[in-house]
Amino acid sequence: MSEFHVSERVGSVPPSGIRKFFELAEERDDVVSLGVGEPDFSAPWRAREAAIGALERGRTSYTANRGTRELREEVARYVQRFDLTYDADDEILVTAGASEAIDLAFRALCDPGDGVAVVQPSYVSYVPGVTFAGAEPIPVPTRAEDGFELTPEVLRASGAADAEMLVLCYPNNPTGATMDRAGLEAVAEFVRDHDLTVLSDEIYAELTYEGEHTSIAALPGMRERTVVLNGFSKAYAMTGLRLGYALGPADAVGAMNRVHQYTMLSAPTTAQHAALTALRECDDEVRSMCAQYDRRRRFVLARFREMGIDCPEATGAFYLFPESPDPDAGAFAEALLDAEGVAMVPGDAFGAGGAGHLRVSYATGMDDLRTAMNRLERFLDER
Amino acid sequence: MERSDLLDLLREDARTSTADLARMLDTDEATVQAELDALEADGAVRGYRAVLDPDRVEDERVEAVVELDVTLDRETGYEDIARRLVQFDEIRGLRLVSGDYDFAVDVEADSMRAVSRFVSDQVAPVPEVTKTVTHFVMQTYKEAGIAFEDGDDDDRLSVTP
Repeated sequence: MSEFHVSERVGSVPPSGIRKFFELAEERDDVVSLGVGEPDFSAPWRAREAAIGALERGRTSYTANRGTRELREEVARYVQRFDLTYDADDEILVTAGASEAIDLAFRALCDPGDGVAVVQPSYVSYVPGVTFAGAEPIPVPTRAEDGFELTPEVLRASGAADAEMLVLCYPNNPTGATMDRAGLEAVAEFVRDHDLTVLSDEIYAELTYEGEHTSIAALPGMRERTVVLNGFSKAYAMTGLRLGYALGPADAVGAMNRVHQYTMLSAPTTAQHAALTALRECDDEVRSMCAQYDRRRRFVLARFREMGIDCPEATGAFYLFPESPDPDAGAFAEALLDAEGVAMVPGDAFGAGGAGHLRVSYATGMDDLRTAMNRLERFLDER
Repeated sequence: MERSDLLDLLREDARTSTADLARMLDTDEATVQAELDALEADGAVRGYRAVLDPDRVEDERVEAVVELDVTLDRETGYEDIARRLVQFDEIRGLRLVSGDYDFAVDVEADSMRAVSRFVSDQVAPVPEVTKTVTHFVMQTYKEAGIAFEDGDDDDRLSVTP
């Protein structure tokens, strides 16, 4: 033990629920993992080449706090495909992954004690981020019977009306759920009626398999109360390059930049060069990866259907969130890992509404998916 | 089911079972089988072949790319020359190309000697052929969209959020 004492804020946050399962999976070397939350592809070669080129030219300095002007202008142009219009001057902030932007948003836009409604099951960082900022997380559990879409009913029932901010993520990790315009309009109405702000994590926007992605910020009366997060990790398979961005009204993004300039200074320069090329030249690669995810999605859904596993027809990201054949999803996941070396993450790691489900990532090659489904089938037959 | 979607899948992996093709295309096996039969009957799909890495198969064959110059006359067109050339088993690929020469010919045989002899004894004597340039393949790095690299090492952590 050292002389340090861990702050109460940090001490109150448990280690990630995924951690334990990760350790179990790491003990074996024959695991076919459907537990990975990142693409199995590498970043498009053109983007990698841009990073290499930037290094060769000696571009190793800091950039402007908000990111290079070129990249912000390119982001502004890019997000127009989602009907979003932001000024590269003061409404766009380039961050070290969308993860940094999540942290910045809570620290810059929440006061201690503010309620922050977090739509769940959710990515594991929101609730700790809220807690680190001294605000109070309010879980909003969505339901399997709604296909894990957010409805005004669950918002009302969870007490979100008293919150200052609502955090949502569609297409969703871990459920793969997406929301169409009508669903988002109902949520937007609730948000306006109760004067909430919104943090909308749209990192999976490109990975939408049916219809077009709609951003809640594009709905009437929502732009002024929404910060949108996006990044390069998922669509461009650039997780390790750590690059994301926040879009929002100048005062909100300015406040986030205040924290960013003192803590991060600027997002990784090499990654910014890669990202610029990704936005300019890599649409075809994104389309191709997206087409492959979609085929895998349909393959796994079909296999689940044939095995009698109940699974919402998820239409986004690269996750499915089936009901666990054993109501104790943790026990099921451990037994499956033990018997067949197939890793799926128990849904309760993703908060309220996740219990009794499994997160199945199809960001893995067809051969592995086939093997995993065959082993799962054998495991179910032998139970 | 779109024909183009099925073709995309076949081009990626022609060994995918009809059952898996049906799953990925959100249809049933009978529909996929019927479409496969139609593609073959139409001649849209001309065959299915393994992509071999010559470094890793036992009976190493010798490949060469042969440039062919030809002269045409009133009675003889490219089609006529091609019709004769495709008959040879040693010719694995035959394409008419733009540029400095007319045909790009992929030739394969058991040895360099066999390739040389084939070109000089069978191809060069064709009356319309005026010139041949033979390039022996020394190393293949990529073929049919598949890069010949050592296994793709997945360096991702096995479970991440």
